[in-house]
Amino acid sequence: MKLSTKFNELSSRNEAALLAYVCAGDPNIEATPAIVDALIKGGADIIELGLPFSDPVADGPTIQEASERALEAGMDPDRYFELVASLDVDVPLVCMTYYNLIFQRGLDKFVTDCVNSGISGLIVPDLPAEESEDLARSCSTNGVDLIFLIAPVTTDERIKMLLEKSSGFVYIVSRLGVTGARSDVTDATAQILSRVKTDIPKAVGFGISNGEQASKVVAAGADGVIVGSAFVDIIASGDNVNERLEELAHDIKSGCKVD
Amino acid sequence: MSGPKYGKYGGQFVPEILMPALEELEEGYERYKNDPEFLKELDYYLKDFAGRETPLYHAKNMSKRYGVKIYLKREDLVHGGAHKLNNTIGQALLAKYMGKTRLVAETGAGQHGTATAMAGTNMGFQTHVYMGAKDTVRQRMNVYRMELMGAEVHPVESGSKTLKDAINEALRDWVSNVEDTHYLIGSVVGPHPYPMMVRDFQSVIGKEVKQQIMEKEGRYPDSIVACTGGGSNAMGIFHSFIEEKDVKLVAVEAGGSGMKYTKGAALHSASLSVGEEGVLQGACTRILQDKHGQILESSSVSAGLDYSGVGPELAHLSDIGRLTPRVANDDMALKAFHELSLMEGIIPALESSHAVAHVMEAAESGELGELVVINLSGRGDKDLEAVRKIDRGE
Ligand SMILES: Cc1ncc(COP(=O)(O)O)c(C=O)c1O
Repeated sequence: MKLSTKFNELSSRNEAALLAYVCAGDPNIEATPAIVDALIKGGADIIELGLPFSDPVADGPTIQEASERALEAGMDPDRYFELVASLDVDVPLVCMTYYNLIFQRGLDKFVTDCVNSGISGLIVPDLPAEESEDLARSCSTNGVDLIFLIAPVTTDERIKMLLEKSSGFVYIVSRLGVTGARSDVTDATAQILSRVKTDIPKAVGFGISNGEQASKVVAAGADGVIVGSAFVDIIASGDNVNERLEELAHDIKSGCKVD
Repeated sequence: MSGPKYGKYGGQFVPEILMPALEELEEGYERYKNDPEFLKELDYYLKDFAGRETPLYHAKNMSKRYGVKIYLKREDLVHGGAHKLNNTIGQALLAKYMGKTRLVAETGAGQHGTATAMAGTNMGFQTHVYMGAKDTVRQRMNVYRMELMGAEVHPVESGSKTLKDAINEALRDWVSNVEDTHYLIGSVVGPHPYPMMVRDFQSVIGKEVKQQIMEKEGRYPDSIVACTGGGSNAMGIFHSFIEEKDVKLVAVEAGGSGMKYTKGAALHSASLSVGEEGVLQGACTRILQDKHGQILESSSVSAGLDYSGVGPELAHLSDIGRLTPRVANDDMALKAFHELSLMEGIIPALESSHAVAHVMEAAESGELGELVVINLSGRGDKDLEAVRKIDRGE
């Protein structure tokens, strides 16, 4: 499913989207389908599946360790696309990974593998707009959304440039730093949301871990919330994982409904 | 495209959060690099604090033994015991002019961390050094040295717990604190403008050599040999000679315990010699990686050369044939460490021992010509404990 279709459908119901991130292959390759199902059952509207990289500089310890577990379990790009193709889901899937894995596979091959396995969007946190021309071309030829990040320190000038290149949604980074669950959602979030003026859906990520935070972010104008580390923490605990994932997704999703 | 590339290498492959900081740094550097006041202060620090200029020493015993005339550029005599301070003085001063109050740095063996602590505390910065947990144990004394000079040392427990992971962690710190913090990177690696800026600050080495060799020999050397981890001492001595096409430039990488691979790791650190094009820690360069693009851990007896990437400009100079990459393995470096100590009364750093080892191996074949300059990038005091252990078979 296209990302825009999903966002349109939700906004007609007055709902913001829950984008749930997990790392594919964490803690092992066989576990991922059930994890994805649990998230969707709990209310996730879009699934972001991380393709693990050895040196994830934009991620905090939680996702870093998830990447290590997945790599240790044998996850690699070939297995990743096989796994994604085997998922039986009716929500949009987004691939999140680092540029070197795309570069080594070959840009066109990576993007067509995305299309063939059912991925509709791509997030590459270490690829700023300035370096993205070739990948953007390949994505647009193949109908895959290339999603860019906008941070509190991003200037208005850069925001304009990034919006021109964006499709699917824009990823608003709520605060400085790396990924990781936090208890605070700051004023910076509201500020950055108000600075990004666009019709493209705005999804806010970094640090959101419960329904209360989600509802604040949605009230501040977000069309979606992105939650990763809080889910990954549950996976890492190994304790009653799928049930707790579903519960947490349900809690966060309840904060996404605008009444 | 962002910033100049070196052929197909270089660039700025960093999270969006860092793009404004890189822009600011680039502007700051362009603004101050020719500013008379900045240059005067830089000069003062290099002379009175670092102890420049360093001698170009005719190693007469080694020359006699190997049948070519060999000079050592004595960066081992720089304050702190290595060339690293040339760069940290430059960047810390720039950060001061730009109004930053906090420095973060990565370090492998602790040399760059120490040099950052020196410049940092002297210029009034709060200094944070990230160091792989494995390295903090291997290099306990360097941790203490940094702490004595007021730096806070953070052991990094992620990944392989070595230099590559320390860089990742320093980047994460920078991402979280970009507004008041300067990331003081220790080699000619990372996103633009770092490779250019670090090269410029280190190029004082080659500028001095150019003058000194003219005074002593009335001509340029036939070849210049430097060890290469990230490549800062190499680019520092090479830069002024790139246009002098008759001067052969040799970059010696760590061959470790063999040019082989095990699962997830290389037994060497020879990214320039056998690595492939890829993107690591902000730049497109040659890196050690598997077929999928996962970064391989590197290996070397010398912590300072133990890195999976290399500066993008070196990768380019190698591609166009202006630079010759060579490899010296652990055993050769250890032998050179002992031999130079005995012959000249100069104990080289294990990193620099790789450059010395290559000259010992290659001089007699004539491929280095008659007149050779070795960049003796550091002194070996920091390596005594490690070498002694190896000698005793521990
Ligand atoms: C004495 C010495 N030489 C060389 C290096 C390698 O760095 P580069 O290749 O950037 O000169 C180091 C790094 O710690 C060092 O301490």
